[in-house]
Amino acid sequence: MASRKDDTPREATAKGPSGPRSGPSHLGKQAMLPFITRRTLGAAVTLLIIAAVTFFLFFAVPADPARLACGKVCPPDLLEQARHNLGLDQPLFAQFVAWLAGIFVGRDYESLGHCPAPCLGYSFVNREPVFETILDRLPVTVSLTIGAAVVFLVFGLATGIVAALRQGKPLDKIASVASLIGASVQIYFIGTLALYFLVYQNQILQRPQYLPFTENPIAWASGLALPWVVLAIIFTANYTRMTRSTMVEQLSEDYVRTARAKGMSGRSVVMRFALRGTLTPIITIFGVDLGTLIGGAIITETTFGLQGLGRLSIKAVWDSDLPLLMGTVLVAAGAIVFFNIVVDVLYAFIDPRVRLS
Amino acid sequence: MSTPFLSVRDLTVDFHTEDGVVHAVDGLSFDVEKGTTLGIVGESGSGKSVTNLTVLGLHNPETSTISGEIRLDGEELIGASRSTMEKLRGNKVAMIFQDPLTSLSPYHTIGKQISEVYRKHTGASRAEARARAIEMLTRVGIPQPKTRVDDYPHQFSGGMRQRAMIAMALVCDPDLLIADEPTTALDVTVQAQILDLLKDLQDQMGTSIILITHDLGVVANTAHEVLVMYAGRAVERGSVKEVLREPRHPYTWGLLASMPRLSAPVDVQLRPVRGTPPSLINVPTGCPFHPRCDFMEVAGPELCRSERPELSPHRGHGDACYLTLAQKREIHK
Repeated sequence: MASRKDDTPREATAKGPSGPRSGPSHLGKQAMLPFITRRTLGAAVTLLIIAAVTFFLFFAVPADPARLACGKVCPPDLLEQARHNLGLDQPLFAQFVAWLAGIFVGRDYESLGHCPAPCLGYSFVNREPVFETILDRLPVTVSLTIGAAVVFLVFGLATGIVAALRQGKPLDKIASVASLIGASVQIYFIGTLALYFLVYQNQILQRPQYLPFTENPIAWASGLALPWVVLAIIFTANYTRMTRSTMVEQLSEDYVRTARAKGMSGRSVVMRFALRGTLTPIITIFGVDLGTLIGGAIITETTFGLQGLGRLSIKAVWDSDLPLLMGTVLVAAGAIVFFNIVVDVLYAFIDPRVRLS
Repeated sequence: MSTPFLSVRDLTVDFHTEDGVVHAVDGLSFDVEKGTTLGIVGESGSGKSVTNLTVLGLHNPETSTISGEIRLDGEELIGASRSTMEKLRGNKVAMIFQDPLTSLSPYHTIGKQISEVYRKHTGASRAEARARAIEMLTRVGIPQPKTRVDDYPHQFSGGMRQRAMIAMALVCDPDLLIADEPTTALDVTVQAQILDLLKDLQDQMGTSIILITHDLGVVANTAHEVLVMYAGRAVERGSVKEVLREPRHPYTWGLLASMPRLSAPVDVQLRPVRGTPPSLINVPTGCPFHPRCDFMEVAGPELCRSERPELSPHRGHGDACYLTLAQKREIHK
């Protein structure tokens, strides 16, 4: 769990489907539904394995949640009582099955009563229902992710395209230096600087805070503007580089030459032909990034004091709070699995060659 | 004699690369008459494709220097504005490429790719362009054109893709079609079909064709005139009959000797042209072919190494070699 990295973009190596595939035609839409069904089943198995691994790994760590719950001075009988209350006196496998069953049919607790499905249990620390806690925090993280994603996708694509079209020119060089810097800075560094200069010193921006979108969209956006931009800075670099290199490749493709040879204007060659092929790898890394960010942007949330899933999951680790830990891991893993499926479906829309297989 | 439809004079194309200046085309001149086919033959890197991409103005002006004259129907194309060239491409001059799979966009249907050229140059409506695309697919012999028009290139076979490519190139009734090794990527059986198709369409539409190939067999069947290129220059030029029956340049002999023939006895060895094509950054002085030439002793090694032979005579069957006509006949037997 602790190994989950947050807001650090990976080196983008993802490549879309490549090479021609031949085969019978007209399978397009009919093939989509079985594909999604198959992928969803696969996703369920993946999540089950992740949950099991997380669960049993938790008990491999020498921390004792019962002792933590019991308090500083803890006689053996109270410790036993605490252990029983938390359900930790059951065999491990039975505990896991009970947790798993709770998601689908709910769960009954001696002390806390019935927990309706989908039940992720109650926090060891504050006895709050985990599912509700996550639902409470999710909008913060989703808002942070969506805003930042829009910023880094738009800027990354735009600068990447410009750099590719101005290969070797000043604009290209500026873009590559800027993305190198952007990729190298840390959120807690520029985030803190930005907070200091833009918020506390000069009051140009307001202090970052989360206000629900449904209540006031403008307040929602202005409250999150700074975290969006700061989070986007380190991601944009990756998209710029990826867009630039793929675009350069695409521009030298034979079919781009054909498009020019048949008299298409420069703009339409770029936007209609070259960009299409550039989208595939971009969507690949975009899907992974979205999934990772929904799992929680720990550093960003911490830097700007936002109560999102990232901080919740860190708290769960520190507190040895098994139910909360399982809940946050499940959401994070679920997000990644979900966006992976979305990306695969999108491939088919972008590239007709994928629709067949 | 009227002015030729396409006339290229002293064309020079240099590319500026990190390793130095590549002299891809060096003082090339040729003509193409209306309704005829010129075959341009040569090894890889002899400047065949570069020449023809220059006709369409498809080189990046920042990395290349182009000089000379390219006159199409009297209009000078070198230095023409971008909009002039965009109006010309796909309309008056069209091009088909070697590999139809990579040359067609994998993301758009065949019909879309054909009709967009038509719409671009004629301003036709979507429906008109689609009808025209189906008509063109019919003409190039695609079965069930009404349904295949909505297929993607990967759903076509290699030969059908090249047919589609030809349909796309001819949709605006171009005056000049440049075919850059149109059959190289295809099966032998399909090659013949594609060449026949080009010939038929030429008869129907009166299109001039420049056929770039390294296959003299293709030239023999399809072209009227031949231009043999070596290291960015023309080394021999003439009608197909002249060049194939009485080839005069040692390089042309080499090309012919390295070509397998079904009529030859089985135990006859193919004789490849020895050596490798020269670097176009450091082109050999004198005759660029001299390091690979077997007849330098006959022609005079000093001359071959120091002076560049010019194509002569200026009209008809000409070649760029210091051997005398009698010597050439003697050597070729």
